[in-house]
Amino acid sequence: MAILIDAPAGPEPARPAPGLRRTGVGKLAALLVSPTLLVLALVVAYPIVSALRLAFYRRDDTPDPVTGLLRPGDHFVGIDNFTDMFAGESSTRFLNALWNTTTFTVTAVSLEVVIGVLMALVMHKAFRGRALVRASILVPWAVPTAIAGLLWRWIFQADGVANDLIPGPPILWTTDGAQAWFAVVVADSWKTAPFIGLLVLAGLQVISTEVYEAARLDGASAWRTFFSITLPLVKPTLLVAVLFRILDTLRMFDLPYTLIGPGKNATDTVTVLAFEEAVKFGKYGPASAYAVFLFAYVAVVAFVFVRLLGADVLGTKARRGR
Amino acid sequence: MTGRRRWVPYLGIAVIVAYCLAPFYWMLVSSLRRANDIFDSAPVPTPLSLESYRAVFGSSNGFVRSLGNSFLVAGITTVLVLLIGTLTAYALARLDFRFKNVVLAVIITTSMFPGISLLVPLLQLFSGIGWINTYQAMIVPSMSFALPLAVWNLTAFFKQMPLELEEAAQIDGCTPAQAFRKVILPLAAPGVFTTAIITFIAAWNEFIIALSVVNKQELKTAPVIISQFTGLTQFDSPFGTQMAAGVVVTIPLVVLVLLFQRRIVAGLTAGGVK
Repeated sequence: MAILIDAPAGPEPARPAPGLRRTGVGKLAALLVSPTLLVLALVVAYPIVSALRLAFYRRDDTPDPVTGLLRPGDHFVGIDNFTDMFAGESSTRFLNALWNTTTFTVTAVSLEVVIGVLMALVMHKAFRGRALVRASILVPWAVPTAIAGLLWRWIFQADGVANDLIPGPPILWTTDGAQAWFAVVVADSWKTAPFIGLLVLAGLQVISTEVYEAARLDGASAWRTFFSITLPLVKPTLLVAVLFRILDTLRMFDLPYTLIGPGKNATDTVTVLAFEEAVKFGKYGPASAYAVFLFAYVAVVAFVFVRLLGADVLGTKARRGR
Repeated sequence: MTGRRRWVPYLGIAVIVAYCLAPFYWMLVSSLRRANDIFDSAPVPTPLSLESYRAVFGSSNGFVRSLGNSFLVAGITTVLVLLIGTLTAYALARLDFRFKNVVLAVIITTSMFPGISLLVPLLQLFSGIGWINTYQAMIVPSMSFALPLAVWNLTAFFKQMPLELEEAAQIDGCTPAQAFRKVILPLAAPGVFTTAIITFIAAWNEFIIALSVVNKQELKTAPVIISQFTGLTQFDSPFGTQMAAGVVVTIPLVVLVLLFQRRIVAGLTAGGVK
């Protein structure tokens, strides 16, 4: 802050020929930045554009009327792949997957935020055992998601430990239905709620203790302090964390795939569906259409968070204030 | 605070630790049971048995080979990403140039893209150019998420270093490039190392790319191989061996996490949220 204020008042001759220095720096910057942009153009920009094109094509399964042979290659089908997503025989599967993706995201992220914030509050209060908590909180994060899926599949087996702990007749968690959906939510919350806790804790630690002392002197209750001080001050951190978690959950694949398996009504997400179409059936056209739709969905959510809710993804606001 | 309420935070700590570790503990315990007592629900396995581990390493399921594949893919991805990312992050943190925020925004935006929308066209491309069942088919797409992650982490790290370092170097007659190479890079080693760990873990845990572009047993990575373990019969899921293999795959990461927890937490929280 001091530098920002002082800079214009500083002596002008201190910077001789600023233009010269700038061009040198500009060239260096271009040199340093271009490899990353080149790689991203290759592995991100090109595939996205390619997916947009592919989404309008489809492999033709009908034989050529003249020769009677299967026609090779893909054929332009206009927006058929997209209309099929919402009407027609394959629309049920897609709409169901879209519903699962959305309900997974809303439920899991809400649950994770509540658990994560609670964890952060506890860790913030604790003076001893912090190293232990920090180490254990990183364990779910470090376990590969696909392995976490298998671990929870084992826990949720018909004769597994979850049914041993829950009274009543055994539940067939990993088959299909609402219980399978619930199992995925549980596994996802286990894996990522601690991570949200970690981020919120970082946000809590920069809040000055004076604010809390002032609140205490004013006789504010613990609830009041939490809702009027802690939550608003931690909101920027939380907003970014929630945005990234939502985007991550919208593309969920590993957990439903390894915990329940593909082709299940209750847990197939859009990514699972697109994966099946592309990898199992080689239908790149419809798979791309699903992927493009998911891309648009993610873009809209990100836009809402950044523009309407003011999520400071680049961290520019926070840094300016520091 | 009265004595009555002092134990509340400790209880909270205990709950958090249990929440995080109980499922992992169950994986460990299950991996140490004999195949015959796998459905036992005692919290401590009696008798202890390494049967599952012998099955994982001994049989011809290709697990050892897949560990090597995972190391290769995650290792090369990490090295490539750090080589490119360090330079870019330094420019973004320290140099003042036009379009800086645009570049930063582009990099962070790419990390938000759903992987499947990159994977489908890449899959078609790879089948066209004969890249299916190659290591590069796993490494190149992995950079799409590893590179933004590394650049973001490193940028945050470079921003924390005092600006006086370069100023002193430039007064001593260094060009910006020399200042970076001789002064900044050695001092940035801890940050680069932390980023390397985080990137490696992310690449090690990658699943959908490796699952899609490789179907040859010898080239599969560990998470893919483990998820495809088969039991003796079709309906017999080999949970013991899966848990043992899961422990083997996770233990290196847990050790890394225990050794460098402070740095990893600093890296994760400073580098935004990924």
